[in-house]
Amino acid sequence: MSSALHAQRATGAAPLSPSAPVLQVRDLKKSYGAIAAVGGVSFEVMPGEIFGVIGPNGSGKTTMFNSVLGQIDPDAGKIHLNGEDITGLSPMQLNQRGVGRTFQTLQVFAKMSVRDNLLVAAQEHHGTMLRRLFAPGDSGLGAKADALIAQFRLGHVADQQAGALSYGQQKLVDIAMAFMSDPDLVLLDEPCAGVNPSLVSGISSLLKELNRTRKGSFVVIEHNMDFVMDLCHRIMVMVEGKVMAIGTPAEIRANKAVLDAYLGN
Amino acid sequence: MRILKSPSLAVAALALLAVAALVVPHFLKSYGLYLLTYWLIYVMATMGLNLIVGYAGQKSLGHGAFFGIGAYAAALLLKAGISFWLALPAAMLLCFVAGLLIGFPALRVKMVYLAFATLGFNEVISLVFRNEEWLTGGTFGLSDIARPSLFGWSLDGARAYYHLVLVLTVLGFLLLRGILRSPWGKAFTALRDNPIRAESLGVNIQAYTLLAFAIGSAYAGAAGVLFGSLVQFIEPAPFSVQTSIMMYLMVVVGGAGYLAGPIIGSIIGVLAPEWLRFVEGWYLFVFGALVIALMVWLPGGIASIPDRLRERRKSKAASAARTAAAVANKLSKEVAA
Repeated sequence: MSSALHAQRATGAAPLSPSAPVLQVRDLKKSYGAIAAVGGVSFEVMPGEIFGVIGPNGSGKTTMFNSVLGQIDPDAGKIHLNGEDITGLSPMQLNQRGVGRTFQTLQVFAKMSVRDNLLVAAQEHHGTMLRRLFAPGDSGLGAKADALIAQFRLGHVADQQAGALSYGQQKLVDIAMAFMSDPDLVLLDEPCAGVNPSLVSGISSLLKELNRTRKGSFVVIEHNMDFVMDLCHRIMVMVEGKVMAIGTPAEIRANKAVLDAYLGN
Repeated sequence: MRILKSPSLAVAALALLAVAALVVPHFLKSYGLYLLTYWLIYVMATMGLNLIVGYAGQKSLGHGAFFGIGAYAAALLLKAGISFWLALPAAMLLCFVAGLLIGFPALRVKMVYLAFATLGFNEVISLVFRNEEWLTGGTFGLSDIARPSLFGWSLDGARAYYHLVLVLTVLGFLLLRGILRSPWGKAFTALRDNPIRAESLGVNIQAYTLLAFAIGSAYAGAAGVLFGSLVQFIEPAPFSVQTSIMMYLMVVVGGAGYLAGPIIGSIIGVLAPEWLRFVEGWYLFVFGALVIALMVWLPGGIASIPDRLRERRKSKAASAARTAAAVANKLSKEVAA
C-alpha cells in the first residue's frame, strides 16, 4: 500500500491518509461458460483515493465493476466496504450503504427536470418510506441539489427535462446524480465516453474538486489515458481478466509489461 | 408533476370542469345524471390505473378485476347490514391487499408478459364471480344494493348520489395529486423511466412497484363500490377483461402519466359512445376510428397536447435562432472580405 499512501499528486486531487481501505476486493472471479471474464482480481481503494482501472476491451473491467456493484453475482471472492462484507448485495442495498455509480451509457431520467433527477438521487436516504409520503416534494434537499447543479454549471438548464439536454450536459447530470447522496465510494464507468475534449478537462476538474471537498473515494474505468494519468492516485491495469499491475501513474507508465500489453510506446 | 404542464391552462381547465360538474347536472334528466355519475366512477377507477401504467410504468390488463372485487365486497357487506361508510374502506383495503399480491408477478415479468399475467388474473376473478353462486349469485348477480345516507340525509336520489360520487372523486384526485407531488411521485417516475438506474440510486423498486399496484387497485375498488350502489345490481359482465382493456384505452387516450389523463380518457371511453349514438349502427365504427386517429396523431394522449405545442414552439424558436446565427456569420464573413 506504500505506493497508494505516497501517491500525492500535484494536479489538485486530495492527498491520501493512512487508514483502513474503503473498498477491499479479494480474489474476485466470474466466468461465462469456459471463459474466465474475471480470474481472481484483488485490490484495495483507500479513503480519498481516486483509483483508475484501465485495460483493453474484454479485459474484464466492466464485469469486475458490475460484480462489485451487485449487478452480477461473482462466482467467488469477497468484497468489503468499510470492513463490511457486501458480496452479493443488491445495487439498492449498496447505494444505501454509501456506494454511488455512473453507467457506461447515459442513465438519466429523461422526462424529469435536471433538479428532479438530482432530488430523486438522494431522497431515499432520508427518512422511512412512510415519512417520504408526507415529506415535501424536494425531501428538504432543494438547497443541496441547487449547490451541486451550480458546481456542475447546470444552473441555466435546472428546470429543463434532462432528456432534452445535449449529450455532454446529460453526462454531467449523470455524474452529479452519483454524488447527490454523499457516498463514501463512487464508481464511474467511462465518464468521458463520447464527450468532447473540452468537457473531458471539465469533468476531470470537477472530479478533482469533488474529491478534495467531499473526501470520497472514486473508482474510474476509462480509456482516455491522459484523463486517467492526470486524475488518478493509483491505477490498476487489467488484461484477460487478471491484474497485470497496480501503481501510481508514473509507475504504470514505466512498467514494461504494461507498455508491451496495453499502453505501447 | 402537473395536471397539464401550463399552470394557467390547468387552472382554467379545472375551473371550467368544476363549474360544469356543479351546473350541468341541473339540466340533465335521470339518464344524463346516470351517465355523468358513471363517468366519474370511471375517472376514479382509471386514476388508479394511471398510477400503475402512466406513473409507475407497469402494464396491467386486470384492473376490471379490482373494480369487480370492490363492487362484490361492498355489495355483500351492504346486504349483511354493514354501513356503506364501513363497506367502502373495507372494499378498498381488500383491493389494496389483492393489488399487493398481483403486484408480485410484476417483480418478475415485465411489459407484455405482465399484461398477460394480469389479464389471466382478471379471467380467474371473472370465473369466480360467475361460478361461485353461493357467494356472488353467479350470472344472476346480486340485486337490491343500497345507496348510502349521510348524517340521516338520504343519498338515494340520482342527483344526491351524483354529488356524493363527485365529492369522493375529487377527494381521490387530490389524494393522488398529493402522492405524486411527494417524493413517492418521483420514485414512481424513476421506476417507470429507468428501473436499473433507480435501483442504483437506492430506490426500492420492488416496494414502489407493489405500492403502485396496491394503491391503484384500491382506487378501482372504491370505483367498484360506487358502481354497485349506482346500478344497485351487479353481475360478472361489467368486470370482465373487456372492461380492463377499455380502462387501459381510456388512460392511454387521455394521456398516461398526466393527472388529467383519466378525466379526459373517461370522457372518450364512457361519454363519447353515447354522443355518437346519432350515427346509429355506425357508432362503434366511428368510435374505433376516432381512437385509432388519436393514437396515430397523439400517442402521448390528449392531455399531452399542450406539451406538444410547447415543444413545437421551442423547436421553431431554435430553428429561427440557428438561421439568424448562420446569417450573422455569413454577413460578418462578407464584411471581413
